[in-house]
Amino acid sequence: MELKELITQKLKDNFSKINFTFTEYRNELTISFNKENVVEVCKFLNDDEDLQFKLCEDVTAIDWARKNNRFTVVYHIFSLKNNFRLSLKADVDVSDCAIDTVSSIWKTANWEEREVYDMYGISFNNHPDLRRMYMPEEFEYHPLRKDFPLMGIPGSLPLPKK
Amino acid sequence: MGLEAKLNQDGFLTTTVDALVSWSRKNAVWPMPMGISCCAIEMMASGDPKYDIARFGSEVMRFTPRQCDLMIVAGTVTYKMSHVVRKIYDQMPDPKWVIAMGACTSSGGMYRSYNVVQGIDQFLPVDIYLAGCPPRPDNLLNALMQIQEKIGKSRARDFQDKPLPELTVLQNN
Amino acid sequence: MQKLTKDEVHPKIIEALLGADTDITIEDALENEMILNMGPQHPATHGVLRLLLRLDGETVMACVPELGYLHRGYEKMAENMSYYEFVPHTDRLDYLAPMANNVAYTLAVEKLAGIEAPPRAQYIRMMVAELARIASHLVAMGALAMDVGALTVFLWTLREREKILDIWDILCGARFTNSYTRIGGVANDAQPEALAKVKWFIDQFDENLDECERLLNTNRIFIERLDGIGVVTAEDAISLGLTGPSLRGSGVEFDLRRATPYLFYNEMDFKVITYKEGDSLARYFVRVDEARESAKIVRQILDKMPQGETMANQPKRVLPKKAEIYSRMEELIHDFMIVNFGMNPPVGEIYSAVENPKGELGFYLISDGKGHPWKCKIRSPSFVNLQAIPHLVKGHMISDVVAIVGSIDPVMGEADK
Repeated sequence: MELKELITQKLKDNFSKINFTFTEYRNELTISFNKENVVEVCKFLNDDEDLQFKLCEDVTAIDWARKNNRFTVVYHIFSLKNNFRLSLKADVDVSDCAIDTVSSIWKTANWEEREVYDMYGISFNNHPDLRRMYMPEEFEYHPLRKDFPLMGIPGSLPLPKK
Repeated sequence: MGLEAKLNQDGFLTTTVDALVSWSRKNAVWPMPMGISCCAIEMMASGDPKYDIARFGSEVMRFTPRQCDLMIVAGTVTYKMSHVVRKIYDQMPDPKWVIAMGACTSSGGMYRSYNVVQGIDQFLPVDIYLAGCPPRPDNLLNALMQIQEKIGKSRARDFQDKPLPELTVLQNN
Repeated sequence: MQKLTKDEVHPKIIEALLGADTDITIEDALENEMILNMGPQHPATHGVLRLLLRLDGETVMACVPELGYLHRGYEKMAENMSYYEFVPHTDRLDYLAPMANNVAYTLAVEKLAGIEAPPRAQYIRMMVAELARIASHLVAMGALAMDVGALTVFLWTLREREKILDIWDILCGARFTNSYTRIGGVANDAQPEALAKVKWFIDQFDENLDECERLLNTNRIFIERLDGIGVVTAEDAISLGLTGPSLRGSGVEFDLRRATPYLFYNEMDFKVITYKEGDSLARYFVRVDEARESAKIVRQILDKMPQGETMANQPKRVLPKKAEIYSRMEELIHDFMIVNFGMNPPVGEIYSAVENPKGELGFYLISDGKGHPWKCKIRSPSFVNLQAIPHLVKGHMISDVVAIVGSIDPVMGEADK
């Protein structure tokens, strides 16, 4: 069976209650689901014998600048055994701007999620060390949100005196 | 050299002493490479066998500010890094000069964004601005020669009566 | 390096450093442990990386890296400029191998927009990417040797690197940060003198690399300083997300040029270098052997390079030739539209990754049909590789920290984006 069909079949068999959406663009498979199921789906994909998605390449977020479900958290995972890449997506709303962490499954996700927190303001539940990554701790804004201007807010970052 | 700095007239003795001191200062300019990003690689390249910087007297690139007199700021300075650069600058002993290498230090360069200081002259006094992204090593050597000319014309009494800066370093007790 | 008091270090960082231990007073340094700041300005941290080390005497108990001193806001800027305008910015990501980043970005945009570059352009891109790999590995070797004390090697490898920079100078006009590739091909055709110089360089590269290696490979001090330092097992390496030579030094045979071939790598004959031990010496040997394999690939490219055009022929998306813009009307209009309004790829998103000298460089681009991307995420290898530092450094001494950071070979330009 082809790998994409194998993945969809396995996910549907093991998680009958979760509502998956499968899309394909330019030969890449993307799976979207609800944000509560993140940890169990990722754990299954990591542990399964045939799939073995052991390498988490990237965790990032998208700001759609719309009223409902403003953010989407995206995970790119790679299977060394099958040389196959998969994208997972979960929507996050501004009112409840939090999602569970996957750093217990892949250690890479630790810093990547810190970067998402720094840039977008999405916090991760049960994260071992949720601090800002790039901006100083006293910085109050989240730069990659669409309402933050490119030139920054004057006075938000201090300079030494001449 | 406090004595000849106090002699204010330009007599034969003071100008000779001045010339001797400036000549020795300019031929042994020890740079402090504040290498931050891409321009630092071109600065390293100006130390390699092809564009030797050692033949200009800058034999050693000391990474400790206490032993240098020229600070070459090479690379984009962000707001977070600007405090570090200023701290290092304050730790350098007088007389000191600054080269702003590259477009990012001169004016923010191609980065017009929220985290990049648009020009290090906002918090440091700069002597030479180098253009280029990154400037070729020959360009850096040209700037070094200009600094050497500037040092050659300086006199000892330019460096007296400077107020001590407020240092933000901690004292080890 | 200065001694810090409790007020200087941010409380959250102290929490991260101390972990579960809460009964350590930081001011009483003689009896207890010490927090040392290996600051952003340091000769051996490969850029502006701040490491906070918790030391017991000279042994490192914990380490917290702090990034962000070179955060220039690339991703925000990418959302505000067109795909073409972003190409020079990609140069400055991994500034030791600028051509490789250009190739990675243009491949990602071409995948998004559905453009295919002509074969000659693909071969030229492969050639410059492999030359960039050699250049980056030469600096990595030299910097690692300099960090552990062998200063001569640094000057010798930089001398070799100068020859590569001369080649790029002839090829596209700039020694460094060239922005040579364009969406749809490369900026200009490879001149015969550039190709002749590449051949000359490759012919004398092997002996010169042997010369540099002879200084180090049997040097007792070098081997003792690197052997057994910073060991990472294969599962830990995959879980931490290491890619590139750091992963291949731990025995995992994973190379994106073989796993998901791009350009014409499936027609090239090269080995994927792996060493089993997983320590700093293994990572060093991986880099040296990879430089040799890259020279082999360049030799094959020079033999196989086809003749032909160097820019794709898609008038609505790819910039037309300069001579035709000045003389014909259609091309002038297309040039105006593309430069001012962007190339408008179809709505969609892709993730495309290539094998950079440091690891896997990935671009995640989302297009909403307009000239600017809606989002551009750069998955930089150095950022993820640096995450392994606290794991590798535990239990070693301060001088080993320097060797470990040198063997991971981070570049802060891409780690901080």
